[in-house]
Order: sequence, then structure tokens, then C-alpha cells
Amino acid sequence: MQNIIEQFSEAIRQAAATHQPLRLRGSGSKDFYGGSLSGTVLDVRPCRGIVSYEPKELVLTAYAGTPLVEIETLLAENGQMLPFEPPHFGAEATLGGCIAAGLSGPRRAYQGAARDFMLGVRMLDGRGDLLTFGGQVMKNVAGYDVSRLQVGAMGTLGLLLEISLKVLPRPVAETTLRFDMEQAQALDAMNRWAGQALPLSASCHHDHALTIRLSGAASAVQAARLKLGGTMIEEGGQFWRGLREQTHDFFDAEMSLWRLSLPSTAQPLVLPEKSPVTELIEWGGALRWCKTRADALTVRAVAEAAGGQATIFRGADKPAGAFHPLPVALLEIHRKLKQTFDPHGVFNIGRMYGF
Amino acid sequence: MSKQQLVSQLLSFLPANAVLFDAEDLKPYEMDGLSAYRQTPMIIVIPDTEEQVSKILRICHAAGVPVVARGAGTGLSGGALPLGNGVLLAMARFKKILHVDPLARIARVQTGVRNLAISEAAAQYGLYYAPDPSSQIACTIGGNVAENSGGVHCLKYGLTVHNILRIRMVTMEGEVLEIGSEALDSAGYDLLALMTGSEGMLGVITEITVKLLAKPERAQVVMAAYADVQKAGAAVGDIIAAGIVPAGLEMMDRLAIQAAEDFVHAGYPLDAEAILLCELDGTNEEVSEEIKRVHDILLASGATSLRTAQDDAERLKLWAGRKAAFPAVGRISPDYYCMDGTIPRKQLPRVLARIGELSQQYGLRIANVFHAGDGNLHPLILYDANLPGELERTEELGGKILELCVEVGGTITGEHGVGVEKIGQMCIQFKDKELTLFHAVKKVWDESGLLNPGKAVPTLQRCAEFGAMHVHRGELKFPDLPRF
Repeated sequence: MQNIIEQFSEAIRQAAATHQPLRLRGSGSKDFYGGSLSGTVLDVRPCRGIVSYEPKELVLTAYAGTPLVEIETLLAENGQMLPFEPPHFGAEATLGGCIAAGLSGPRRAYQGAARDFMLGVRMLDGRGDLLTFGGQVMKNVAGYDVSRLQVGAMGTLGLLLEISLKVLPRPVAETTLRFDMEQAQALDAMNRWAGQALPLSASCHHDHALTIRLSGAASAVQAARLKLGGTMIEEGGQFWRGLREQTHDFFDAEMSLWRLSLPSTAQPLVLPEKSPVTELIEWGGALRWCKTRADALTVRAVAEAAGGQATIFRGADKPAGAFHPLPVALLEIHRKLKQTFDPHGVFNIGRMYGF
Repeated sequence: MSKQQLVSQLLSFLPANAVLFDAEDLKPYEMDGLSAYRQTPMIIVIPDTEEQVSKILRICHAAGVPVVARGAGTGLSGGALPLGNGVLLAMARFKKILHVDPLARIARVQTGVRNLAISEAAAQYGLYYAPDPSSQIACTIGGNVAENSGGVHCLKYGLTVHNILRIRMVTMEGEVLEIGSEALDSAGYDLLALMTGSEGMLGVITEITVKLLAKPERAQVVMAAYADVQKAGAAVGDIIAAGIVPAGLEMMDRLAIQAAEDFVHAGYPLDAEAILLCELDGTNEEVSEEIKRVHDILLASGATSLRTAQDDAERLKLWAGRKAAFPAVGRISPDYYCMDGTIPRKQLPRVLARIGELSQQYGLRIANVFHAGDGNLHPLILYDANLPGELERTEELGGKILELCVEVGGTITGEHGVGVEKIGQMCIQFKDKELTLFHAVKKVWDESGLLNPGKAVPTLQRCAEFGAMHVHRGELKFPDLPRF
């Protein structure tokens, strides 16, 4: 592995010296996500393999190029899981891509996001220097939290080599329930239920139906099922996988797919008349997927008015910027942080913002 | 700018009771929770609006005067230790709970609100704020964010960083920034994570939006006694391997048990080498099911006795001993020094054995209190500051324990922060390149370097000296020189 890391380091130094930026890439399963792709591809997959995993410690460390499938299979064999249920978006998806994209799945509102389970990284910065932040322990406040900063940074701050994550036991029992409800009623229900001692682990509203998942001790799931009512869905596992991997019918369309991150109690969205919107809601109301032909300015204005932000997840209008624009002062901090980690502008230029 | 000039500038927009500069007024602020370090600040400013904070920082920035922000001053690493040539910015008047939204399960509060006050305000809705550092009756939420505070329930409910959504802060240049939102994620880099635990080095926090959780229907605790510390440590792994994530999982060793029992009479077995306190919470059914499983696991792991709290009063009593462990140790020794390393749990037997050897070697007693679930160890070194040289030997022993934590793959601080206390050990945890990057990250937010200078991240120069000091067993050549 030392050899591979040295090769990467050398490639970074070369790129800096020749002003030829790199495009860090695993399997490319998330090439569709974020801003523009540019630069010479540096395939991180030679850096792969599980470094250490001890179920009793609830910590897993793996090289960034390790396929997510390999990690999740090993965890499942030991009755554990990545609690944030990351979407793969491709059979070969890597751990590094998962962390760089920082995306989380259905369990996010109830168990936490990718960033919440980050414990430590080894990485190469834009000078080709090998740096270590965080560690393999659950509580660690030595130094700034640079490892968590990498989650969702789209590889713009460095090349992730080795990642340590906190993992959790898989719930003993899981049940999926469905209720006939319109959106406003479902938003209210999801928020009210989340404020009660119920073992909720996922929620989704779409097409006049609210679907929820209960996870935990068998008796707790059973008790909550009796309390809430609804119809039990046999194919629950498949339904949530469909949301996580976006193979659900909703995601199958030629319109732009927007990802709106809003306060969970935000009212149902209203877009101008000429741009009808189809919605799928997750995360107890905090994540709203929208298919619309409305332009970026319109969608973003609606998201901002609701106290949130809008990302173009898939599809057109990328010139408007995939990610929600930042206020000037925060953009300046981003620019300076980028400059700090990657002074020569080597990594994934344009993948997040313009730098 | 002279002290007099600065005072008059501050008094031009602040009331007289918000600017302290007489020696007798300054004295009470000379230290935080780490009493071994004291320094009287030049001036103390106690604003009550964000606008005032911004103006104070702008003035200090222009005058080149360093600023240290302070919440309740309960921190244990000297992060709020004043500077003799600086302004201490006391945020104690930011006490308003601005909004509690029970449906969205969030609370927007000012930075000086006490940790426990948030849970008290949320209680009427069946909600609470999860992180519960032991100082929660006094410590402020702003300080919690600055230190990324934990508590006894971190394994299941996370640290401060997992339980906040948004902050408002002011930079050293006086600019107000808002980071995060009421949504679960925000565009761009995770600046909220970067700010959390940054020890007041990057900005002064004025307002925080926290997440509130539903109060569990029921909580129950089991106490297990062990004749062998190693068996107690192994039992922790067994519980987790069984797929159970307890709300709290604490361990105390013999000396800690005895001190606590003597103080609060929690009913701990005095003949035990170690006890475990395992708390389970959740729905009624869940707790019943899991408590039974934990019971079986603890018995199989070699517990010599088990006690399950039958009601909430008994549960609180069992916890009272653990929560009073620090003051309890304070009763059996003139002084104690609390360490805060985290280790991979499997290393516990090795680390405890080595701590025992070090205790012998230095002739200082050590009581061990351990957030066993997440590997966070709090050895309490018992000493007497009135005996010449004993504080120095205590600090040296403490340093050795932290170095041991790093050696076994852990960290020098799990939840108390680096502050001034562990700045030397930062040189062991990190290499020059990482430290250089930390300094660069600070510059992104605070180009002038005037905000809480000398804390949290050592200079490379300091590390070079620290390395040399190691060779000479702690004998500093110029003890009066500032060494950050």
C-alpha cells in the first residue's frame, strides 16, 4: 500500500508542478452528482481493502477504494451496518466516493448522516503530503475536526486514502407500515411521531401514501405497530432499497431531479403554475425530491423561502450550479479553505463551486 | 492602544457594568475549571447583544488586542484561561431561550444558556437535549459547542456535533456568520463540524439551534460488580457484540467506587475491583427485552453480583455515585487532576495495568472513571498542591497517561479539549504537517490570530521544545517564557 500512496503523492506533485488538475475517481458511480467534471482521472481504486474491523469496538477502517458492497457484506456477516444507509448508485461504488459525496439514505433522519459516523481519515493534501486526522475512537476532540470536513467536500480538499467509521448493530426486527394520507397530513404525522418514543427508522410520503419503517427490539416494533395502525407492507426491504438507490419509479423520468433540504415542518411546496411539481418526501419531511421543469432560480427561491436549500441532483440546468449558492462571506471561507488544503488547485476543480 | 484608551472606547457604547478593569473585579475570572492555571485578564467585557460582540471584536481587532471568549468557565483544559494583555469576553448574559418548536423538535437559544436549562424548557413537550456533560447544571451551550462536549450518553446519542443544526457566530473581524440551517444538511463544506470543538479559536458563537429528542419512555440501569477489572472491561465488549447499544455504559475502579460510596452512599459494593453501570432506554417493551439480555450477558461475563434498579429513585441513586465521582475523589485528596484520554476499548486492560504501574512509580494514587461504552477514560490523579513539586510530578504523570493513550491507538482528549493543558501532548498526537494545517485553518477564520491565541494548537517551535523537554524529564530551561 505504501507504494500506491507514494504513487498518488507523486501524481499530485506532478499535477501541481504542471498545472494539470486531477479528477479523483472511484468507480464513477456518482459522476452525475455535483458540478462539472474536469482534469486527468486519478483512479483511487488500487488503494483498497479493509484495514481493520472489530465488531466489539463498533469501528471499521478501510482504504478509500474499497467497494461499499464488500464493507456492507462484512458488516452484515457480523450483524452490523453502516447506520446512514449510503446510496451506492452503482455496483462498484467505493467507500471514498460515498464519503466524498456525503450522501445518506432513508435512516438519516433517525440515526444520523455519513458525517455523523466519521471518526478519522488519512489523506493526501494538494501538496502530496500524507496527513492523519481523527482516529479509530469514538470521542476525539484533539485538533480541528478536519476528518468530518471531508464528508461531502466532493474530493475538493484532498485525496482520501483511509477512512474510519463508527458502525452500529443491525436492528433485530424491522417492519414497514403504510397509511393513506395527503402530504400536509403526512408531514404533520411524521413530525409528531418523531417527537414520541417510537422506534422510527425511515419515512416517505409519495402518491397519497405515507410509508414508515420501525426498527429495534422485536417487542418494541410490535408495540409501535399496534399503536400506529396502518397496513403492514411485506416488501418493505425492497421499498426502502428502491428509495436508497433511486430505482423507485418516481426517479425514472426525463425531468430534472431536485433535492430540497428543508426544515422538516416546512409546508408543502408551491411552485408557479406553469411548472408542475411531483414530489417524494423522505427524512420525516426534511428531504424533498422534486421533479419539475421550473428553472433553477425559481426552485431555489421556493427552497429559501421555506428555510432551506436546493441542489440539482440529476439533470439539466447545471450551469446554474449544482449546489445551492453560498452567501458571499461563507463562499470566501470556502475559497480560503480550498486554498489551505489545495494551494495549487489540483483536486476536482469545479466539482463543487467554481474552484 | 493603552488599557485606558481601550476601556474608554468600550465604555462609549457599553454600560459601566459591562466593562470590568479594576484588579478586584478581574480576580474572579482568572481561571476556568482547570484551576492549576491562573491569569488575570487586562479587561473583562460582558456584552448582552450580538451587535455589541461584533463591535468589541472590531475594536480589539483594530487595536491588536487578543480576545478570549468564556461561557460558564467550567472547562477542564484551560480553554478559557484569560490573557494578561487581552480582553476576556464573558458571554454569560446571553441567557435567552429564543424559541422552542416542539413539532420540529428544535430549540434556538443564546450562547450563554445552561445545558440543563434547554432540557428543562423542552420537558413540557416530552423532549430533551441529549448531550449531558457532568457540569450540565452550570456549563453553557456555547461552551459545549466550543469543546464538542459529550457526557455519559454519547455512545447512543452522540456528542454536541451530532445534536446541533445551526450557529450564529462573530469573527475576530466583527463579521456575523450563520452556519447550518434548520434543515438536516446545508450546501458546501461542513463548517458546522469544523466550528464544533474548535475551542474558541475560530469565532465567538452567539446563538445555537439544537436538536431535541423524544424522552425515552423508560430508562433502567443495571449495576454489575467484578472482582477483576479485565472481566469488567470484557463484559463491555460482550454487550456491544450482542447488538445492544446502551444509553450509558460506565465503569469505575476500586478507588473511585470507595470514594463515591463514602460520599453519596449509592450502594456500591466496597469489595469490588470494578463496577459497571449499564443503562438501557427506549420504549417500555424494548427496555424489558434488553435488560433481560444484558443481565444474562453480565452474569456470563463473570460478574460477582448484579443489581437492577427497581424504580427511578434507585436508578438515580446508582447514577448519583458515578456523577459525584469527581467531587467524591476531591474529598479523599487535597487536590485531584482529571485526565481525559480515549482508547480503543480492547486496550483497556493494558492501559489500566500501565496506569497502575505509573501510579506506583510516581507515588501518586489514581482513581479511574471510564465512559466504557465509547472508550473515554478519566483517570483522576490524587495529589497535594501544597507539597513542593507534587503538581509538577502530577502533570508529568498525566502527560505519560495521555502518551500511553496515543500509543495504543487512542487520543489525548475525548471531550475536555486541548486548551492550554494538553498543548504539549498535541505534539505527540500530530506531526508538524498536520499542526501546520491546523494553523492555516485558523488563519482562514482569524487572519490576525488574535482570537484565543496560544490555545489548542501548539506552534512547531513549542513542539521542538517539548521534544527536547522529554529528554530532560520536564526540566524547563526558562520557566517564565510563554510556551504555547
